[in-house]
Amino acid sequence: MSAAGVLSWGNHPRFPQTAVDCSWGGQARACLEQLQQANGGTLPFGSGMSYGDSCLAASDHVLRLRRLDRFIAADWASGVLSAEAGITLEELLAASIPRGWFLPVVPGTRHATLGGAIANDVHGKNHHQRGTFGRHVRRFGLVRSDAGRLNCSPAERPDLFRATIGGLGLTGIIEWAELQLVPIRAARITGITRRFADLDEFFALSDEFDPRHEFCVSWVDCLARGRRAGRGVYTAGNFAADGALAVERARGLTFPLTPPVSLVGRWSLRAFNELYWRKSPRKLAATQSGYGRFFFPLDAIGKWNRMYGPRGFQQYQCVIPAADARDGIRALLAAVADSGAGSFLAVLKRCGNIPSPGLLSFPMPGVTLALDFPQTSTLETALFQKLDAIVRETGGRLYPAKDAHMSGADFRRGYPAWTQVEALRDPALLSRFWRRVTQ
Amino acid sequence: MKRVLVFGATSAIATACARIWAQERAALFLVGRDLVKLHAVADDLAVRGAPAVHTQQAEANDIAAHAGVVEAAARALGGIDIALIAHGSLPDQAACEADAGAMLQEFAINGTSVLALLTVLANHMEKQRGGAIGVITSVAGDRGRPGNYVYGSAKAAVSTFCEGLRARLFRAGVSLTDIRPGFVATPMTQGLKLPPMLVAEPAVVARRIVAGIARQAGVLYVPAWWGLIMLVIRSIPRALFKRLRL
Repeated sequence: MSAAGVLSWGNHPRFPQTAVDCSWGGQARACLEQLQQANGGTLPFGSGMSYGDSCLAASDHVLRLRRLDRFIAADWASGVLSAEAGITLEELLAASIPRGWFLPVVPGTRHATLGGAIANDVHGKNHHQRGTFGRHVRRFGLVRSDAGRLNCSPAERPDLFRATIGGLGLTGIIEWAELQLVPIRAARITGITRRFADLDEFFALSDEFDPRHEFCVSWVDCLARGRRAGRGVYTAGNFAADGALAVERARGLTFPLTPPVSLVGRWSLRAFNELYWRKSPRKLAATQSGYGRFFFPLDAIGKWNRMYGPRGFQQYQCVIPAADARDGIRALLAAVADSGAGSFLAVLKRCGNIPSPGLLSFPMPGVTLALDFPQTSTLETALFQKLDAIVRETGGRLYPAKDAHMSGADFRRGYPAWTQVEALRDPALLSRFWRRVTQ
Repeated sequence: MKRVLVFGATSAIATACARIWAQERAALFLVGRDLVKLHAVADDLAVRGAPAVHTQQAEANDIAAHAGVVEAAARALGGIDIALIAHGSLPDQAACEADAGAMLQEFAINGTSVLALLTVLANHMEKQRGGAIGVITSVAGDRGRPGNYVYGSAKAAVSTFCEGLRARLFRAGVSLTDIRPGFVATPMTQGLKLPPMLVAEPAVVARRIVAGIARQAGVLYVPAWWGLIMLVIRSIPRALFKRLRL
């Protein structure tokens, strides 16, 4: 059904999208042409898990592909799986896990669609070992307004293949994709956790334990200053060597409504951070966890974005190149702590050096930091300006999937291959993000 | 292993039900109009766990073909435990008002073709002495409304037919579930201006349908709260009802 008022995950910027559903691959081109004629253009839309305006159409009319959610084929002997692009990662996992397979890369939410995972070339806690999602895509089908249905792979239309991975949905409608899964022997994660007192300790832990664990991530206290600056909790893990291959169906609570103001404030945050750091083990401790809690802790509370109230929030996710990572992250954390803003979610992680086939892939060898901020009128003019300057100085870049503010100059400097994507962009497709940073 | 026959298998609600049956490792026989769509649905169900998925192309209004389709399904599956009738269309009410031929065509798709199919299925299940039939009707069948009384009356015909047939089949140990969905977000309702609070997802609706058929419910409003809404709507006096713009 066509519904008015679809927004991105951050509920900011507030440009409600009118959604038209496409339920069958064979209708994608007709939908594209119809939307182009009626509204001048559109943008493919999956689950709307992008935070900022990269999933909002410049025309404010999106083509929603969530109903394009069928499996096409699965070879459970080799772990090659193909499905339509609107299927969610959760549904892919539900079919794969009982057969002993897992997605090679998962982001922080299982509600994202397959098409969205490709279009944003998502990464996960195992970037240092597996690279991005796009590396595991064998081929996909693309529907363009000017060329119809096309098959793309590293061998077939390689330019379009590379432009579409991380291509923010601009090169055509991803209709289906074929993936290589990875084998698992249990759906449980065994690992370690330990808190660290500062960034030096984080880097030491990361040096020691990242190579031995496929999945690594750290939480950092973004409000800690002075002696405590850069303290946090390091977590790493691997799939268990044996155990049940059970799908987790647990569905936790859902945030029932949007409160009139953001519930995330300086004092609630300070109390949470202090408590969270203190309850984490001082010495290395072994952990056991289901895959859901380990990979998708935020999914436990449905619609948690409502917590930020009607004004929404922005996520600031950047990557700082390895050479300047220590100083860059330190400077970023100092600027955030000084501002007193920040969130429960503050993620620090090392990215590896495995290249992505995608032209606009976000990760680079270095360290990525992600922080959520309640939307305020001065967020972009004050704090984000300072953070952007630090990122710029180190030669880092911001993640388009999370972004609602980066300057066009910063985007074009961070992603010089954008011109190649622009050249291959489908004339019927344009996002608010792309218009903002390229035009 | 459950053996399930689905008519109108490419409809969003039927597909969502079939996914649950596939996960339960049921064997499926899918009937639909469009072979390309039918095969896409069949491939999906096979990956989701159905050990066997058969497909057959058929037109709902081709009543002479119904018996052959049911026979083919019984042969392929080795018997039918569950049959779900889910085909239908949302008529253009204005076109139906303007042209009796168009009206009868829509009435046939949503009404008489279902009655014909039920007749064949009922005889088959009676002979089998067991099984469950589910028929998707609509809350629209509970009361005629100016905006969609062609659709509503066709669904009402099916509901009343089911009421009697249920009692007949009861003696043979066959259950018949009259499934009355409210607004569901499907291609059929795409473009309609519906109150978002009242629109349900096909996957949610399907869970209640599959469970309702399993426990041999007679009439099933989906989601359940539509039962309450329709109780209120049915109790509005006629003199008032004709003045309302529902």
